[in-house]
Amino acid sequence: MAYVAIADRDHVLHDPETFIRKYIWSQDHKVIAIQYSVTAIAIGLVALGMSVLMRLQLGFPHAFSLIAPNNYYQFITMHGMIMVIYLLTALFLGGFGNYLIPLMCGARDMVFPYMNMLSYWVYLLAVLVLVAGFFIPGGPTGAGWTLYPPQSVLPGTPGSSWGIIFMLVSLGIFIVAFTMGGLNYVTTVLQARCRGMTLMRMPLSVWGIFMATVLGLLAFPALLVGAVMMTLDSLLGTSFFLPAVVSMGQPPTHSGGSPLLFQHLFWFFGHPEVYIVALPAFGIVSDLLSTHARRHIFGYRMMVWAILAIGCLSFVVWAHHMYVSGMNPYFGFFFATTTLIIAVPTAIKVYNWVLTLWRGDIHLTVPMLFAIGFIFTFVNGGLTGLFLGNVTVDVPLSATYFVVAHFHMVMGVSPILVVFGAIYHWYPKITGRMLNDTLGRIHFWLTFLGTYAIYLPMHYLGILGVPRRYYAFGGTEFLPESVQSVNAAITISALFVAAVQLVFLFNLIWSLSKGKPAGGNPWRATTLEWQTPDTPPKHGNWGPKLPVVHRWAYDYSVPGAKEDFIPQNQPPDALTPAGREQEPAS
Amino acid sequence: MSENALTNKGESSSALGSLPGGAAEHAPTTTREPASTLEGLSGVVSDWASDKQAFRVPWGKAMMWIFLLSDTFIFTCFLTSYMNVRISTTVPWPNPSEVFALNIGNQRIPLILIAIMTMVLITSSGTMAMAVNFGYARHRAKTTALMLMTAGFGATFVGMQAFEWTKLITEGVRPWGNPWGAVQFGSSFFMITGFHGLHVSAGVIYLAVVARRVWTGFYDRKGSYETVEITGLYWHFVDLVWVFIFAFFYLW
Ligand code: HEM
Ligand SMILES: [Cu+2]
Repeated sequence: MAYVAIADRDHVLHDPETFIRKYIWSQDHKVIAIQYSVTAIAIGLVALGMSVLMRLQLGFPHAFSLIAPNNYYQFITMHGMIMVIYLLTALFLGGFGNYLIPLMCGARDMVFPYMNMLSYWVYLLAVLVLVAGFFIPGGPTGAGWTLYPPQSVLPGTPGSSWGIIFMLVSLGIFIVAFTMGGLNYVTTVLQARCRGMTLMRMPLSVWGIFMATVLGLLAFPALLVGAVMMTLDSLLGTSFFLPAVVSMGQPPTHSGGSPLLFQHLFWFFGHPEVYIVALPAFGIVSDLLSTHARRHIFGYRMMVWAILAIGCLSFVVWAHHMYVSGMNPYFGFFFATTTLIIAVPTAIKVYNWVLTLWRGDIHLTVPMLFAIGFIFTFVNGGLTGLFLGNVTVDVPLSATYFVVAHFHMVMGVSPILVVFGAIYHWYPKITGRMLNDTLGRIHFWLTFLGTYAIYLPMHYLGILGVPRRYYAFGGTEFLPESVQSVNAAITISALFVAAVQLVFLFNLIWSLSKGKPAGGNPWRATTLEWQTPDTPPKHGNWGPKLPVVHRWAYDYSVPGAKEDFIPQNQPPDALTPAGREQEPAS
Repeated sequence: MSENALTNKGESSSALGSLPGGAAEHAPTTTREPASTLEGLSGVVSDWASDKQAFRVPWGKAMMWIFLLSDTFIFTCFLTSYMNVRISTTVPWPNPSEVFALNIGNQRIPLILIAIMTMVLITSSGTMAMAVNFGYARHRAKTTALMLMTAGFGATFVGMQAFEWTKLITEGVRPWGNPWGAVQFGSSFFMITGFHGLHVSAGVIYLAVVARRVWTGFYDRKGSYETVEITGLYWHFVDLVWVFIFAFFYLW
């Protein structure tokens, strides 16, 4: 019994007294989670603003002179990078991970709260450096979010002298921040669960966040190394990634480097990154579906194994982003195969979500609407992924709007829908008040349908051959006139969807004081975070005594039970025996 | 190692004694079958899935393991990238045994400095292991002395590295070029040894801080010398990485 010592030690928690210690330099995982989320959403709104500007340019090319071609490239780059890393990664892991892991595992806090606090402040620094890129000579980098050399550091690309350095430095700082947080999340899940909370009783949200963090800890190193080498290339004149190119008539200053090496490093990070965003979404959506359908998740163990399998496989598919890069064509064969294999566990998850709904007592609450919206959108994006995963189909579709449509569906809209669903779901626990239901429904329907209006036509544009990352079109006779009208329609939808998010922001702020009081467990959910003695939970989460878990997280509608849910910490009795880790055989 | 693991257990359970509640309150409540009745994969799963802790190690140690795993990926990426540019460069790679040779007396001895550096670092792993052992035996003075020795070896290593860098720089090696061939030689050399050197330097500071705490009795009051072992993990890792750098950069 060497291991029981630390988890229950109360004296490690010093209750903070002053305002600053409580809300600014706070070591409480819940406060850190909120800090992370607010920062991520704020910078995400900047990225949303940039997408609006890009869409205005694409939809009405001659109407606005405020966007020069250079700005367009800079907006693309910053928009993509912010959305993927500074918004979604930070929000899912730093935000939801921080809030949910200790509460769902029955811990009092993360294992090393001080480091957790540092993680946030370093993340904030990364965001500030990124934003500073807008105010330096030459502006931020316009190399695309993939930052491919040689163009990212050669003159001619916007921000190729300082913008790119700021970007790389900001990424480096972000990785430090992420590592400090990530070590905490992983160690907390592995080592600090409460009594009775076995790994196979953890809610799938925790599983998803946990696996995503592991992926991050193993994938970000590749990005870090790539960033270090590119910084050296551009500051010190080394030639890791730069071959002898004649740039703008100047004699070559570099020789012998390998641009492909960067692509490999980038995508060794980049593909797992897709799953860093997707796995927490998978996990959270499983819990939303189960709770709001009042039914146990279908195939819990299979879901866990699928998360693990996807996590492992995601490290061996990276070069499916490089079919047209000029690498050895035989690689394409290998990577297409692994890419199709990873579709299997992913498909299993989708089937299980649908089977969870099957014969469920479905409550179409706002979180549930978003969860179901996610299934649709994710299936849509996943199917186009099958197209792009095959070399022969990908070659003509590469770098067209088909790709833009695909990744927005699968890693843009889908996770964002889950983020919304999760916020509607957990807001009552975080603030003690419900978000307004009517506004929530308006928000859901307009966002869900609006994003389809944006992205479905893009598939069509892509098949026509409209290239990605183009500021304007010309000399493109193969494109019919109608392309421009489609683009205009997309832009109008995008403006609309962006505007609808104001409803959500209003709801967030308004409900803080005016929302309906929520009580401790408004959704009648089983997981531990709803069983805290106080709502919102106080520092230390559990009052004097840690909870003890007796059952898995999905005891909904158990025959014979008094209520249609049994909290994880409810002791077993004759009617509701404990120890169930699987759904009943029937 | 196994001895440490044993002492470690004793350590933590004595810490337990001082807690209210004691072991009874922590008896497992799961109705899982005991691990021994499950075979094969499900046995493994059940072991790992046990409540509270997946590994019977303290938090700090678990976290250090995970960090080192992540750091392994960093060094792997560095080394793979170096091998990639070395293979794909069109200009010949300078011959390491000539570049890294020293004139001693009238003799030109290849790789001599590196050999000494490697010896120093490996020796420091030895002293570190002894420090951990004495730590668990609660020998404050010996632990402190051995940790300081380890730090001293580390500092010597960094010093010799500085000497090597100076020598190469005076011979005209730069990150962007060198007199003998592929420009990537200098870039990879400075980048990889530099990154490793930073790890060693950080380790020296880390060792010094922990050694000071050992000396002032901090861990006696805390009731556990785990931190010494955690520092040791980091230190052994940095040594191990050096072995790979040595093999791939200097011997290839
Ligand atoms: C209403 C929401 C959004 C709109 C209107 C939008 C619009 C756009 C536009 C116009 C582009 C440039 C396409 C081109 O010219 O090639 C783009 C690129 C991109 N977007 Fe979005 N976007 C939205 C949300 C998101 C989200 C949530 C993500 C999160 C993953 C995301 C990730 C990206 C990425 C990675 C790129 C590629 C950047 C590059 O080519 O380097 N977007 N988006
Ligand atoms: Cu991919």
